[in-house]
Amino acid sequence: MTSATAPVVSAARGIVAIRSENLCRHYRMGETVIRAVDGVSLDVASGEFVALLGSSGSGKSSMLNLIAGLDRPTSGSVIVQDRDLAKLSREELAKYRLHVVGMVFQSFNLIASMTLAENVELPLRFAEVERGRRESLSHEALERVGLRARLHHRPSELSGGEQQRAALARALINRPKLLLADEPTGNLDSHTGTEIMNMLAEFNRELGMTVVMVTHERALAERYAQRMIFLADGKLVDDRPNVPAAAGGQA
Amino acid sequence: MKISDLTELALRNLRESLLRNSLTTVGISVGVASLVAMLSLGTGLQQLFSRRLEKSGLFDTIYVSSRREMRMGRAEERTGPNPAESRVLDEPARVEIEHLPNVSEAYPDIRFSTELQFNDKPHLSMVSALPMSAKSNDAFEGMQGSFFSSDSAPEVILQKSFAEELLGKVPPLGAPEPAVAELAKPLLGKELTMNYAQRESTAAPLRPPAGPENAAESDIAAASYSVISREQKLKIVGIADLDPESMRGPTRAKVFLPLKLAVSLHVMQPTDLREIARGANDREVYSSISVRVKNPAEIKGVEDSIKKMGFTTFSILDASQSLQKVFKVLYAFLGIFGSLALAVASIGIVNTLVMAILERRREIGIMKAIGASDGDVKKLFFAEAGAMGVVGGVIGVVLGWAIGQVINFGTNLWLKSQSITPEHFWAVPLWLVLFAILFAFFVSLVSGLYPAGRAAKLDPVQALRYE
Repeated sequence: MTSATAPVVSAARGIVAIRSENLCRHYRMGETVIRAVDGVSLDVASGEFVALLGSSGSGKSSMLNLIAGLDRPTSGSVIVQDRDLAKLSREELAKYRLHVVGMVFQSFNLIASMTLAENVELPLRFAEVERGRRESLSHEALERVGLRARLHHRPSELSGGEQQRAALARALINRPKLLLADEPTGNLDSHTGTEIMNMLAEFNRELGMTVVMVTHERALAERYAQRMIFLADGKLVDDRPNVPAAAGGQA
Repeated sequence: MKISDLTELALRNLRESLLRNSLTTVGISVGVASLVAMLSLGTGLQQLFSRRLEKSGLFDTIYVSSRREMRMGRAEERTGPNPAESRVLDEPARVEIEHLPNVSEAYPDIRFSTELQFNDKPHLSMVSALPMSAKSNDAFEGMQGSFFSSDSAPEVILQKSFAEELLGKVPPLGAPEPAVAELAKPLLGKELTMNYAQRESTAAPLRPPAGPENAAESDIAAASYSVISREQKLKIVGIADLDPESMRGPTRAKVFLPLKLAVSLHVMQPTDLREIARGANDREVYSSISVRVKNPAEIKGVEDSIKKMGFTTFSILDASQSLQKVFKVLYAFLGIFGSLALAVASIGIVNTLVMAILERRREIGIMKAIGASDGDVKKLFFAEAGAMGVVGGVIGVVLGWAIGQVINFGTNLWLKSQSITPEHFWAVPLWLVLFAILFAFFVSLVSGLYPAGRAAKLDPVQALRYE
């Protein structure tokens, strides 16, 4: 793919991967109602690299959780890969998270009692994949993020960057259509952060994955995202295309 | 998730907080051990009683009596046709019973109370007849002398207490009993004279009487036979240590004659008088018949066929059946007491798993985020509970078995010191082993129900926020 030359600026020009319509997520805290997501409508095209920007409390993480199927909207709808998430049962949502979505978190979220290989193959266990195939897939995924030598190490024995790479390998293992990243570089120094971001961009480019990344760092978004969406107080305040500065795979 | 994966993950998680889970598992083990100990005591006691009953040699015997003899007052005697009109237990009936399938022999129970003279001193005793097959009866195992030389020999076997009486050696209460060998020496080979009443049909006079004297001859006007007082000399051939008729209670005999001899004597029996009162004919009637069955397992069928013929039956099976009922109650009691510890242990499982949920909240959130369903999480906690149950169950069975062995050993040591033969009253059958482990597994799963449900319902967004 030659993504660098023609960034997708509008969903109308590609297949829609994510569509939200008047999406709302309200929490009740005692007497007050918190409008974490408040009427957001947007389309994300398949293969797009989108950055969700905003200050803390702007609702960007809540938005990501709704797209990930970890949370349900209070009203409105979010449709991902032709699935209306609000209408799925808990069981179907779990299947959706398992097969359609890969997630990366700020705090890596690897299971401390498991080795890297076990962490990476965990989604395959939920998908009831045979042991032999599980091993070869997890080794392949760890190979891809450069951790082949660390298969049997536990997360606590690794640096933050290595842990996040393992988390990326885990997110990739089921070959999802959608990669969701919540502040993936938030706990990393700038060097390892760049490393992770390059990988995200690579997956977006080479595997054709749609990437939605939540961040509060505008500079990071400008370097890598093809589109920047700004949220404030749960509302969409700006949506603009961006030519990623780092496009071309330079580290 | 597959069972193999669940088991693997569950065991891994259990190893992660080894101390806590071990303690919980020890709790289950103790619970299972107490259950196994209690139930194996019940099983062992039951087996001991069954063994004792079988050794008595009466296990394959059915006692048949006429419904006319309403002695036991049992329900079956009170229902059905009028006892007075039911069938008479006579020789044709005996032959018919003997020809039933699975019957090895049917012989009349001849028993009467009479006077026996030894060294010109009279002694009163209950006398009964034994078939030659009684030789194998456990009661004659420690016997001094020998069994009857033939079925019609004028010989007699005495029970030890009657031998004591003959020799005037009845020990005072609480004093040690004299040894059988000691009693046998002055008695074996000696002669005993039995005075008895013979019934003789007036319609068909019998062969010459066996005894030498016909002291008196009385005639009961209403009856169609006469009663003659007779004597029979008998040679003492054996002294039995044990009581062959311990089951019979107060009517048990202490003097035994060979069966054919006893039949040929035509001794007047209590039932004869009752038949006279009913105005029956002169047929000889048996008060009861003992039926020996080829295989104790067939006893029920044979008993039913005899009942259908219109007789009343009693067998040790009846007794052992009511014993079974007693043991069922005992079992239930022992089981409930044994389960108490397991119930306490199951609360430990709930506690451990609820703690595990708190500790692993984030982990549950992660698993859900990467695609675990509610069911996967629930099954994982179930598997952990089940694994603790199975491991605890296995350890508990071993522990319970060991406790049983120790108590058995200790009790037998004590029994030996009291010069009582040691017994094996502790049994852990395979079904109990399997039952105990399965029960522990089941109880653990039930304990896991609440924690697993709670873990499955965790909201992943909140769980991931939790540090």
